[in-house]
Amino acid sequence: MSTEITPLWEVFIRSRGGLAHRHVGSLHAADATLALQAARDVYTRRGEGLSLWVVPSNAITASDPTDRDMLFEPTASKIYRHPTFYEVPDEVGHM
Amino acid sequence: MNRLALARADDALILGHRLSEWCGHAPALEEDLALANIALDLIGQARSLYTLAGAATGHDEDHLAYLRDERAFTNLLLVERPNGDFAVTITRQFLYSAYIDPYWRSIAATQSPLAPIAAKAAKESAYHLRHAAEWLIRLGDGTAESHRRAQTALTQLWPYTDELFDPITPDDIAVPRETWDTTVNAVLAEATLTRPDPKWQHRGGRLGTHTEHLGHLLAEMQSLHRSNPGATW
Repeated sequence: MSTEITPLWEVFIRSRGGLAHRHVGSLHAADATLALQAARDVYTRRGEGLSLWVVPSNAITASDPTDRDMLFEPTASKIYRHPTFYEVPDEVGHM
Repeated sequence: MNRLALARADDALILGHRLSEWCGHAPALEEDLALANIALDLIGQARSLYTLAGAATGHDEDHLAYLRDERAFTNLLLVERPNGDFAVTITRQFLYSAYIDPYWRSIAATQSPLAPIAAKAAKESAYHLRHAAEWLIRLGDGTAESHRRAQTALTQLWPYTDELFDPITPDDIAVPRETWDTTVNAVLAEATLTRPDPKWQHRGGRLGTHTEHLGHLLAEMQSLHRSNPGATW
């Protein structure tokens, strides 16, 4: 199977009920069904998940690394946006 | 000795070992892991079944796997067939899984001593069947080359499929042939593959008369234990 004609897929796993799907890696597969099978075989061998998503990598629009300063630098000086000035009660659980 | 558990264990061990031969050699990393996963499921099933089979006579799983000779193995001839190309491996897996998946589910619902093992194995075999079926559909209905290879594999392995339906002991259950036919025919139709109709069907695995391939497999699989008796990790 040549990787040149086999599309790339991004894999997301929900590890427990209530948590969001998290990106765990990528793989090559010919179509969505085989991608889901491969995701199960490659990324859930140690009981990592309860639910899987696969997304064609070429469906992702990414920010340009050269725009980094413009996009992300201005937030560095705004520490008042961090919720570090109060304590989260334990009962809240995952945030 | 529980002959039923022993034969089902032999099927699982030999097929599991065959799949393990792909480790590091599969056509893609994803399939390398998939085949190794299935191999480990099968070897896990074999361990439980050997423990059950040997309980009455005091033989442990290592003894039954590593210290019996070819004639004492009662696995299907189908599962000892060499891996061949990827199409042969997938076709062999599909033909076996289409039988053993409904078998595990049926026997899990009985009072058989195999029932608890079958309940666990059924979840594994359901995935093995789906994995092999999806691949066979894509090989058959893929390129001219993959279709040719899948059809060749099917024609080559078909004369080993009747043996699947032979009950191992009088108290064994039998999956109806129609159940297997329904699964197989549906996948072959989608895969645009032609169901072979050979004049001759091979048998003998259940009696210990094997093809020339099993001896080579056992020589490799058993050599470590035979040269280092009692070896453990």
